[in-house]
Amino acid sequence: MIDSLNDRMRTISYSEAINEALREEMQRDPNVFILGEDVATMGGVFGVTAGLLEQFGPERVMDTPISEAGVIGAALGAAMMGMRPVAEIMFGDFLGCAGDQLINQVAKARYMSGGKARVPLTIRVTTGAPGAAAAQHSQSPESWFMNVPGLKIACPATPADAKGLLKTAIRGEDPVLFFEHKMLYATKGAVPDGDHVVELGQARVVREGADVTIIAIGGMLPRALEAAQTLAARDRAISCEVIDPRTLVPLDLPTLIDSVKKTGRVVIVHEAHKRAGPGAEIAALLAEHAVDYLDSPIARVAAKNVPLPYAPALEQFVLPNTQDIIDAVLRVLR
Amino acid sequence: MLSHHKLIELYRLMLLIRRFELRAIDERRQGLIPGFIHPYVGEEACAVGACAALNRDDVITSTHRGHGHLIAKGGDVRLMMAELAARETGYCAGKGGSLHMTDFDLGIMGANGIVAGGIPMAVGAALAFKKQAANGAPMRVALSFFGDGATNEGAFHEALNLAGLWKLPVIFFCENNLYGEGTPQNKQAPVSQLSLRAQAYAMPGVTVDGNDVLAVYQATRAAVERARHGAGPTFIEGLTYRYRGHYEGDPQVYRSPQEVAEWQARDPIPRFRRWLVEAGVSESDIEQAEGQVLAMVDEAVDYARKAPPARVQDALSGVYGNAHNGAVF
Repeated sequence: MIDSLNDRMRTISYSEAINEALREEMQRDPNVFILGEDVATMGGVFGVTAGLLEQFGPERVMDTPISEAGVIGAALGAAMMGMRPVAEIMFGDFLGCAGDQLINQVAKARYMSGGKARVPLTIRVTTGAPGAAAAQHSQSPESWFMNVPGLKIACPATPADAKGLLKTAIRGEDPVLFFEHKMLYATKGAVPDGDHVVELGQARVVREGADVTIIAIGGMLPRALEAAQTLAARDRAISCEVIDPRTLVPLDLPTLIDSVKKTGRVVIVHEAHKRAGPGAEIAALLAEHAVDYLDSPIARVAAKNVPLPYAPALEQFVLPNTQDIIDAVLRVLR
Repeated sequence: MLSHHKLIELYRLMLLIRRFELRAIDERRQGLIPGFIHPYVGEEACAVGACAALNRDDVITSTHRGHGHLIAKGGDVRLMMAELAARETGYCAGKGGSLHMTDFDLGIMGANGIVAGGIPMAVGAALAFKKQAANGAPMRVALSFFGDGATNEGAFHEALNLAGLWKLPVIFFCENNLYGEGTPQNKQAPVSQLSLRAQAYAMPGVTVDGNDVLAVYQATRAAVERARHGAGPTFIEGLTYRYRGHYEGDPQVYRSPQEVAEWQARDPIPRFRRWLVEAGVSESDIEQAEGQVLAMVDEAVDYARKAPPARVQDALSGVYGNAHNGAVF
């Protein structure tokens, strides 16, 4: 969706959009610095921070040891002392290594100090299955942290949102876990020129529709759009409204409810495991706040509840796909 | 050497910690304090000696046994007692309690409920200070207090590794009180001298008598000098002992009353008082400080009793710095 025809747009990749956001925020504020494993010399294992070391030097783009707890804790301490660190955790699966620092320190510092602690800290982390990476490099751990008050959780699905949300996260006053889906890095999209920012807590209606609301998170947005297109092209066309929440915490519930009022049917799609995944919370909120508008049970399309397997055939069986979304839409319309 | 005024101040702060803790224990029994506390009684020389070597804008991270650190860094005992009593005017507006008292104006980055939880945070503060000093600010120093038990947690090792690698202006102050909760230190670590662990991270490690406030002060002052001049971190192990249990109410089945009595014979407070008299500080100056301390603790309790309770209507605020209209948290 183009926000305004007057905006000048460029087509760049998701990865380039994140790189631009980092570059622009580092130029804008000397307190912003980057730290993480292989972010400097290597430019990140996915190449996202390429060129930043050359432009900003080793004091502002810091390679660290493989020390997730140390890195997150150090970023927290630096944030409390007036800096705006952007820490990178190479794989979301490794967040467990930083568990105490994230859950007990970063998330709670402001509240338990009675508001004295400031934690302007952005934690970039990759999420999702890149293919045949097995159970410790493929997880989508977003919902692990939805149960931790004090963290914000962004899961951009497009280059424009990746850039705009990251800039907002870096400028904000709170810790933000910023989930970048590995399979989105190479995807391209239009990004407005200039200082493009996107507020946290605002969902985007990516495709308008009348029959079913598909709420698609992160890397599942392209799959949801494929499903909507296929369903629209049927002889008995089905009109899907596709919504990208863009952030899970805070969650733009009003936009979701408005859509449910229109369609009466909901399919929630994410790559995280189904049990207690983000869809469980969204479904519960809709049941609490919009059950009167629902014409059928809410459907969830998600990874099956097993660790992600290595063999491609097994992995594809476990992960949700476009056909699963189509089937779920047909099911809620039955 | 320290002036008489400063020496009396060390004594006054140690005594203030002791009296505050004993009073908190008592007030908890009487019902003023709803939560659990981990008294610092017996370890006063560590906090006071170490913090005496810091400037006001240097920072500390503290622990579950943190009341002493806060007082030594200048914490206001009225706001501390009010926080323990879950009052609106307490250090954390009643949201943190004993384990989370924080005062950034005094460089107190927070007590902590996780034994090694604050150590990486101190490293991060030191990282910020090094960056800020490179841009012309005076070099500030971070000091992290933690116990012997914390040296067995991963966060301790990651933090020391980063500090040694980046030569950060940080001091790791290990209060070795011989017990990690209810298990003796020799059943928790394969080294008996914990300062040896510093070698693995390319920083000096020293062990001092943690019941000797001047020895602690001298060791910390040397470490602060190193840190402030860009020579990097230091590990200090202070050998000390807690006279109370791990938490107030701990049955202490893991140690003998004789052992406690032996350590009480080395109590840092009367020991320093004797030293002061021998050094020529007048008895009346000492007694004046003692009187001040008693009055301050009385005033703190009075302040806490009269303070309004934490407000239920504030329970849901203060989680985030930026709000987002209409969105659900």
